[in-house]
Amino acid sequence: MLTLNQLTKVYSVGDPALRDVTFRVPRGQVVGLIGPSGAGKSTLIRCINRLVEPSSGAIYLDETDLTCLGSRELRRARRRIGMIFQEYALVERLTVMENVLSGRLGYVPFWRSFTRRFPGHDIENAYRLLDRVGLLAHADKRADALSGGQRQRVGIARALAQEPELLLVDEPTASLDPKTSRQIMRLITEICAERQLPAIVNIHDVPLAQQFVDRLVGLRAGQMVFDDTPDRLDETMLSEIYGAEDWTAMDQEDDEPESSSDAQISLRLPGAAT
Amino acid sequence: MTANAAYPRRWKRPPQLVTTRRWRLTLPLLVVAYLVLALGSLEIDAGRVVEGLSRGARFIQGFLQPDFVSRWQDIRQGLIESLTMTLTATVVGVLISVPIGIGAARNLSPRPVYLVCRSIVAVSRSLQEIIIAIFLVAMFGFGPFAGFLTLAFASIGFVAKLLADDIEEASASQIEAIRATGASGLQLIHYAIQPQVMPRLIGLSLYRLDINFRESAVIGIVGAGGIGATLNTAIDRYEYDSAGAILLLVIAIVMLSEYGSSYLRKTLQ
Amino acid sequence: MSALDTGPGEPPHYSQVWTFRTPRARLALWVGWVALVALFIWCWQIMNENTLWIFVTDAPSQAADISSRMFPPKLAYLPELLMPLWDTLNIATLGTLGGIILAVPVAFLAARNTTPSALLIRPVALFIIVSSRSINSLIWALLLVAIIGPGLLAGIVAIALRSIGFVGKLLYEAIEETDARQVEAVTATGAGRAQVIHYGLVPQVLPAFWGISMFRWDINIRESTILGLVGAGGIGMKLQSSIDTLAWSQVATILIVILGTVVVSETLSAKVRRALI
Repeated sequence: MLTLNQLTKVYSVGDPALRDVTFRVPRGQVVGLIGPSGAGKSTLIRCINRLVEPSSGAIYLDETDLTCLGSRELRRARRRIGMIFQEYALVERLTVMENVLSGRLGYVPFWRSFTRRFPGHDIENAYRLLDRVGLLAHADKRADALSGGQRQRVGIARALAQEPELLLVDEPTASLDPKTSRQIMRLITEICAERQLPAIVNIHDVPLAQQFVDRLVGLRAGQMVFDDTPDRLDETMLSEIYGAEDWTAMDQEDDEPESSSDAQISLRLPGAAT
Repeated sequence: MTANAAYPRRWKRPPQLVTTRRWRLTLPLLVVAYLVLALGSLEIDAGRVVEGLSRGARFIQGFLQPDFVSRWQDIRQGLIESLTMTLTATVVGVLISVPIGIGAARNLSPRPVYLVCRSIVAVSRSLQEIIIAIFLVAMFGFGPFAGFLTLAFASIGFVAKLLADDIEEASASQIEAIRATGASGLQLIHYAIQPQVMPRLIGLSLYRLDINFRESAVIGIVGAGGIGATLNTAIDRYEYDSAGAILLLVIAIVMLSEYGSSYLRKTLQ
Repeated sequence: MSALDTGPGEPPHYSQVWTFRTPRARLALWVGWVALVALFIWCWQIMNENTLWIFVTDAPSQAADISSRMFPPKLAYLPELLMPLWDTLNIATLGTLGGIILAVPVAFLAARNTTPSALLIRPVALFIIVSSRSINSLIWALLLVAIIGPGLLAGIVAIALRSIGFVGKLLYEAIEETDARQVEAVTATGAGRAQVIHYGLVPQVLPAFWGISMFRWDINIRESTILGLVGAGGIGMKLQSSIDTLAWSQVATILIVILGTVVVSETLSAKVRRALI
């Protein structure tokens, strides 16, 4: 379970990026984090594994407060937190297998990782994960030889190789086409359900989020303005989060590419005609 | 997805660079063999090296406590020679490189002109400054005039080559557009080529100014004037504190000119 | 009324409007050119204060004399050049190796994203790079011959010291240009510092590293041919002694050998670099 308590981040210049964000993610729950760009979504996710140092507040992963760990304990905590990145962030010139195995780096000593001699069960597990995400045949290819969707699957396998207790997902579908986006989101939610993993998914595509996540948190200018199930998000709330806009128009626009085949994808706004 | 299949517990990184097995085995052997041979042909006089260490320490001391004063007259003269011959050589070199660079551009010049200009460039680039300097000193006598000629000659190869490559890369559509207006050869160069290439030419000249100063510190060793001659004398007399002072001055001037030229390039473009 | 003092509200006749540059910029440009010409003339006069023009006017006959002595090149001299040539190759190769070994840590200390301390260590690393770069390998050789005596070792060390700056500079720029997200992703797995560098950074800079090393090796072959002029071993020693004895036909042979070596090493290095990237 993840608990955020009055998390605040102030960058040296400008307004605070996060203001008193407090919420709790129980096991197995997938939380979608929505909000306009610059609202602090990415900062929030990076504060949790301290790729960005939070200014104040507390973050509890089960019992440990992540905000006050020394560098060694921080590394131990980080390996319990899997992270999936926008635009994959794979090490492009390493093989798929090496990328997955890099999820084990926190567990093995330097000489093992240096000579690429990972323990047998790590390798076995890596193969199992590659099979799970459907890339078993590509294990020895270089990461930059894969397509976008395949790369993001490698990113997922890398995060899972850490045997995480929490998943942080940063814009997993940016730069993917609509169909692949859906497949990736489905894969992430399935895996979270299988492993009872709590997850925070930072996502800009509201209809996609509504379709897959259990709960939505809306951020605006660093403050939480919405926290409820996806079907409670209505037009007034969207305007509150993103600013005024004709949301029914967005509905149609988004439906166009694959309107007839996937009817259930359309925006599930209570007020909109679907 | 196969649910309970056994997965391998071993994995080896597929070779990335050398993919044939035979070469993967022989390549390291060749490298080791070369290293053994090469290191074997080194005749290191251990006694001389040990003796040298104390001298090395003295040199480092001289570097840390440079003596600018006692040889200041020589240093000043050397620096003036170096700086003046750097500037004049760069100006003359660039002036000569412009026609040669245009001549060496395939998209502008007729074939014979192209070949002549390219071979001038090739000769100037393949001979090192110091070898040119040896010959020019033999012909023109000791002093900065030979140095000036050396640097100017070396600049031609450098600037003309890069200029020609630049012109060849200049947008063909712009050249075509101007040509279509019925412009003459010179007008073509003025309107289609010059605007595209001019900022690069200025950048190249400033860069070459840098290089020429550095080289001017070297060619003095064979008698072509400049700070190199002063340095050579200082080292011959084992005056490491003066040598340290000269080297520090050279480093400082190179740093200054590097920052200055990158600043100038930024403002001019 | 000229185009210069027209207010924004009153456009002058259109024929006056279009000029290539604004008058102020044109003026600055002219002043710049005039200053450059004046500077050139001034430098020219200072430089040639002590030039003996008799020697200069005599130069064509000297040139004719030297070239007549150079041809035909003395090919019988070739066998004597084989050992010095091997030495030259060794100076370049071993010097490049040594330079790379020293340059890699310096590059990591100098790159903004890997330096342990941007305030203390980075300036030191940058200073090492700048001083190594601004001093030509021939000057390094001159110093080293004075310190550890003439011979191959001085040449190797000179090449190595000169290579630090070159390899260090290009490598640290390559390190700074790496994709930070890949490094961040490896950090997020809980990897240690060394592991982050090895998995996140090294694969990204490796191609650049090989390219830079081959490039420097090629340059070093060229530079090591002349180190012998100051006594640091290799084919340059033969050049020096031939010049001292005015054996111009031998000089011609040596120059041909040097040119050949340089051409071969250049094509080799270009080929390897193309294969690597």
